Amino acid sequence: MSNLQVSVYRYNPETDSAPYMQEFQVDTKGRDLMVLDVLHLMKEQDSGLAYRRSCREGVCGSDGMNMNGKNGLACITPLSDVVKGNKLTLRPLPGLPVIRDMVVDMGLFYKQYERIQPYLQNDTPAPAIERLQSPEERDKLDGLYECILCACCSTSCPSFWWNPDKFVGPAGLLQSYRFLADSRDTATRERLTSLEDPFSVFRCRGIMNCVAVCPKGLNPTRAIGKIREMLLADAT
Amino acid sequence: MSNLRSLTFDAIIIGGGGSGLRAALELAKSGKKTAVLSKVFPTRSHTVSAQGGITCAIASADPDDDWRWHMYDTVKGGDYIADQDAAEYMCSEGPKAVFELEHMGLPFSRFDNGRIYQRPFGGQSKNFGEGGQAARTCAAADRTGHALLHTLYQNNLKNNTTFLNEWYAVDLVKNASGDVVGCIAMCIETGEVVHVKSKATVLATGGAGRIYASTTNALINTGDGIGMALRAGFPMQDMEMWQFHPTGIYGAGTLVTEGCRGEGGYLVNKDGERFMERYAPNAKDLAGRDVVARSMVMEILEGRGCGEKGDHVFLKLDHLGEEVLGKRLPGIVELSKTFAHVDPAKDPIPVVPTCHYMMGGIPTNIHGQAITQDENGNDHIVNGLFACGEAACVSVHGANRLGGNSLLDLVVFGRAAGMFIEGALNEGIEYLDASESDIEFAMKRITRWNESEEGGESIPELKAQLQDIMQNSFGVFREEKNMQEGVKKLADLRERIGKAHLPDKSNAFNTARVEALELDNLMEVAEATAIAALERKESRGAHSRYDYPDRDDVNWLKHSLFFPATKELKKRDVNFKPKTVDTFEPKVRTY
Repeated sequence: MSNLQVSVYRYNPETDSAPYMQEFQVDTKGRDLMVLDVLHLMKEQDSGLAYRRSCREGVCGSDGMNMNGKNGLACITPLSDVVKGNKLTLRPLPGLPVIRDMVVDMGLFYKQYERIQPYLQNDTPAPAIERLQSPEERDKLDGLYECILCACCSTSCPSFWWNPDKFVGPAGLLQSYRFLADSRDTATRERLTSLEDPFSVFRCRGIMNCVAVCPKGLNPTRAIGKIREMLLADAT
Repeated sequence: MSNLRSLTFDAIIIGGGGSGLRAALELAKSGKKTAVLSKVFPTRSHTVSAQGGITCAIASADPDDDWRWHMYDTVKGGDYIADQDAAEYMCSEGPKAVFELEHMGLPFSRFDNGRIYQRPFGGQSKNFGEGGQAARTCAAADRTGHALLHTLYQNNLKNNTTFLNEWYAVDLVKNASGDVVGCIAMCIETGEVVHVKSKATVLATGGAGRIYASTTNALINTGDGIGMALRAGFPMQDMEMWQFHPTGIYGAGTLVTEGCRGEGGYLVNKDGERFMERYAPNAKDLAGRDVVARSMVMEILEGRGCGEKGDHVFLKLDHLGEEVLGKRLPGIVELSKTFAHVDPAKDPIPVVPTCHYMMGGIPTNIHGQAITQDENGNDHIVNGLFACGEAACVSVHGANRLGGNSLLDLVVFGRAAGMFIEGALNEGIEYLDASESDIEFAMKRITRWNESEEGGESIPELKAQLQDIMQNSFGVFREEKNMQEGVKKLADLRERIGKAHLPDKSNAFNTARVEALELDNLMEVAEATAIAALERKESRGAHSRYDYPDRDDVNWLKHSLFFPATKELKKRDVNFKPKTVDTFEPKVRTY
C-alpha cells in the first residue's frame, strides 16, 4: 500500500460555521512526491479544496503552508522531508486570518512590507548609464534580495503573532536591510528613523524560527541584528 | 440595467508580470487612473521564474557592442519573420529601458569595473555574425526575472499604482462599433463579478505553456488574454511558433537556464560526446534554441539518449567548479538538487526539450495597439485594445526567440504601451458605452459554468487530455497526418468542454471556478496553435515538419494570422523596413 493519510484544514466561510480537519487517503504510487503534487491529487477528489500555487518550483512564494508543524513551500517539499509515520497534516500559515481552506489573508504581511519603503531611494540625478557598484558592494545584497515574500518566516515568528501591526516581522526587516545595505541607496537616515520605536525592530527576540523555516535559506535574524547595530550606532 | 457593479479607469492592465507592471509604472507616473488586475499577487507572476538574464547591447562586457548587432541576431534567430521595425525599436531602446531598471534598484551582478555583468547566450554574435560569440545578457546571478519583477512591483508601490490582486479577467467587453471598452472581471476572494470600464485595456497576460503536458511554465500560464481576444473575434499571429527550451529538467519540466551553457556548460549524449559540435560547429551549445532542441531530439531518436529509457541527454556543469556555480548559477544548483536529485558540481543534470515560450500572440504595432486585418488583407487598429509581453506578437521573436530577449521585450514594449496610452489619453479618447447586450455577451461564459449541471466531464481530466493531444501532435517535430488527427481530437474536446461540469459553485476563493475559466482559454490557444501548425507548410524556426523539412521563403516569408470566427489561417506581411538601418535580407540560417 502506498496510501498516504493526509489531514487538511478546511473552512469555507459560506458553508462552515467553524474550521475542521478533513481526512484524505492519497495514493502516491510509492513516489516521493512534492506536497503540492499531493494537494493536486486531493483536489481531484474534492475540487472545492482551495490553496494558492503558481510556479511550482519555489520562486513565486504562493504555496507557503504549515506541513506537519513546520512552515515551508509545498512545491519544493518532498514527502520524505516531512512525513512521519505515513501521516501528513496540512494547515494554513499560522497567525493570519483564513479566507478559505489553505488560503490566508496576507494583508497584514504585505502592509509591513510596504511600510519599510521597499524600493531604492537615491536623491542624486541618475547617470546616462547604470550607477556603478563594485562586486564587493553588490555581494552585500546576496542573501537579502532573494526573498520571495512567501511569509513562511513572519508567520512562524511569535513576535509577529503578537504584534503583526507593530512589529515589521522578519520578511519586512530582511527587505529593509536589503535597501540599507545597498550602496546605491541614499535614504539610510530616513529608513532608520522610521524603525526607531520599541516595536518595529526591537520586538525580535532572536527566536530564529524565521531562519529555520526560510525555504530560500535566508537569514532574517542576521539582517535584523545588522539593523540593530545601525540603529545603535546612529543613536550614539 | 445590468445589476453588475462597475469600476471605471482610464486604463486597465490585465496581468501583473513584467510587461504589465512596466506599462502600469509609466501610467501611474503620469497620474492617469490606472489599475493592474492580476489573478495572482504580482510577484507570483511567471516573470519571476526567468533566470539567465535580459539581453541588451549596454556595452558593458564589450565597450564596442552595438544594438545593430543585437538586432541582426534577433532577426536571424527569428528565422526572418520578426518584424524589423519592431526588432529595431527593441534593440535600440533597450539600453535606456535596462538602465532605468538599474536606477530603480534592480540588483544586477557586476563586473570588477562596477558595470552590469553580461554573459554569453545562444545566438549572440558580434559584427553581424562575423565577430564571434558576444556576451550580451545582463544578469542578476541566475535570478534575473525574480529581481526584475520585484523591482518593478516595488516601484509601482512607490508610485501608488492601484492593484486589483487576485482578480480574474473573464472576457473583453466590446461596444457596438467593435471597440474594446473594458472587461468582465471576478474578485477571486469574494466571487463578485464586476464590469470594468476603461478607455484602454491592456492584455499583459503572458504565455500559455500549460497547453503542453511538459512545460517549464507556471501553472498559471493558461493564455487568458489570448482566449479573451479570440472569443472577442480578434485574430492571433504566428501561433504555430512555440519554443521548446533545450534544458528542462527531465521529468519535472523545470527550467535550467541557457546561462549554464553561457558560463561554459555543455550537452552530452550517452557516449559522453559533446554532440552539438556536429550540429552547430561554430556556436555549438550556444546555437539558437530551436536548433539545439532539435539536435537533442535527433540524438534521442537515433539511440544516443541517456538513462534507462534513453529519453534524455545530460547537461554537464561539474567542470565549472563550485565557485562559479555558487556565484553565477546558485538557483540552478538549488533547482537541480530539488527536482533532479543531482548536485551539478558533481554530476550532470538530465535534461530534455520542454515547452517554454509562445512566440505568437495578439498582433500589435510597436505602441502595443492590437491589430486586425480586413478581407482585403489591410491592417486596422483595434480601438481600445492593447497587448504587450508574451501575450503580444509585435513581432520581435519571429519563429524563434533568442534567450534573454523575452525580458527585454517585456520592459521595452510594456514601457512603449504605457507611454502611448498616456499620450492618447491626453489627446482624449471617447468610445460608445457598452450596451446591456454587449455586457451579456461577455458574461456568457461565466454564466455557462455557473449553470453547468452534473453529468458533464471533469475539468482536470479534460485539461490533461488537451495537454496530451498538444504534446503528441504539436511538439518539436510535426507531421501532417498526426496534426490532422490532433485537430480532430481538439474539435471533439471543445464540444466536451462546452458541456463540462463545475461541481463547486461557491463564491469565496473558488479556485475550481478559476480553473474552469482557464480551461476555456487553454482550449482557444490549443486550437489556434493546431490549425496554424497544420496550415504552415514549411519548416521555419521552432516550427519543424518532417513532411516539409525546408524553409519556403517564396510562400511563407509571412506571419500567419488565425481568425477564430472562420478558423481560417491567412497571411500577413512581415515588416522589412527598419527606419535607421538597412534591411537584413533573409539568408540561410546556420550556427
